Amino acid sequence: MTPTAAGPQEQPRLLGLGQHRPQRVVTNDDLAATLDTDDAWIRDRTGISKRRIAAADAGVVTMAADASAKALADAGVDAADVDLVVVATCTMPTSIPGAAAQVASALGATRAGAFDLNAACAGFCYGLSVAADAVRSGTARHVVVVGAEKLSDWVDWTDRRSAILFGDGAGAAIVGPAPSGQASGIGPVVWGSDGGRADLIDVPVGGKLRLDGPAVFRWATTSLADVARSACAAAGIEPTDLAAFVPHQANQRIVDAVARRLGATSAVVADDIADTGNTSAASVPLALGRLRDEGRVAAGDRALLLAFGAGLTWAGQVVDVC
Amino acid sequence: MTEQDILTGLAEIVQEITGIAADRVTPEQSFSNDLDIDSLSMVEIATAAEDKFGVSIPDAAIDDLKTVSDAVSYIAKAGVPA
Repeated sequence: MTPTAAGPQEQPRLLGLGQHRPQRVVTNDDLAATLDTDDAWIRDRTGISKRRIAAADAGVVTMAADASAKALADAGVDAADVDLVVVATCTMPTSIPGAAAQVASALGATRAGAFDLNAACAGFCYGLSVAADAVRSGTARHVVVVGAEKLSDWVDWTDRRSAILFGDGAGAAIVGPAPSGQASGIGPVVWGSDGGRADLIDVPVGGKLRLDGPAVFRWATTSLADVARSACAAAGIEPTDLAAFVPHQANQRIVDAVARRLGATSAVVADDIADTGNTSAASVPLALGRLRDEGRVAAGDRALLLAFGAGLTWAGQVVDVC
Repeated sequence: MTEQDILTGLAEIVQEITGIAADRVTPEQSFSNDLDIDSLSMVEIATAAEDKFGVSIPDAAIDDLKTVSDAVSYIAKAGVPA
């Protein structure tokens, strides 16, 4: 076996981003054809206008591999130089085998370690923290972190409370060493969990996804601004120093409420949910990638990532945009 | 704090969160039917009322607050020291 331990300690940063957005678009009007709902009702309560739904033959692995390949190309990193692949997902069709080894093989990352991580919608920020620590400690030099979800397999398409919310997709980031002498571009993670409220978002065995919307809304709008401020403090900055705020795209109303409480007055706030729905672990990297594609953030900008979801779990960190 | 004080404070919260003019928030008004306030805004109003009045309004109680008067009464009772 090839030893993967790197040499001296490195400072981690984001090197590249990649997105996979399925081709098929499902609008609110499409849903209203079979559900007792309408476009205005959905937009008022969620900010969602449409979502992407994966094709029948696409899955977590294929979407993750596509987003990751794009991120490697964006970073200018060869797959052969990847030491670790972390797939954040909670929507694999079966638990064995995991997605990450197949993603690594699809990429040609032949010497990479690989594992899946399930922290539900918060998974990408957990994976990013693991990746940053691996680079910092020398365990890995280049890490693929990808959030990938096929929620459409797990949604009850007859339940208007949840079917309107979710979409499919994958978003990836490459974490690697900063140029010599540069500081870390991935700030300390602030994370937490509350298993006492596991029942707020769950999938019963053999069943479909259930969500206590008002309770989740209340938790998110009252608790997460403190997490966001703590992540800024851990990075040694004020919320007003942020160029971008990229919260998990769960519901535009949650995004607006948390952003208002955070007071990141100079920050662009990610709003990918309108076209994408809630893509769980994929939402933060998809939203960040889109902000960059649209020129609303640029390399070196400080962005606060904040993800939260079932578990309950949450995690956030400040990153320098690549 | 009188019920009139609570009504005034509650109306300010409703205006801040929903943009509905405070003088429209009168006791007989139904939150959903008259003021067109949805369940998520009700959660935000309840949360803000907890902070403002120092009371607890659990999720289960929010469903029972149909009218402005219901909410004022609830807050008045909840605010009485045990």
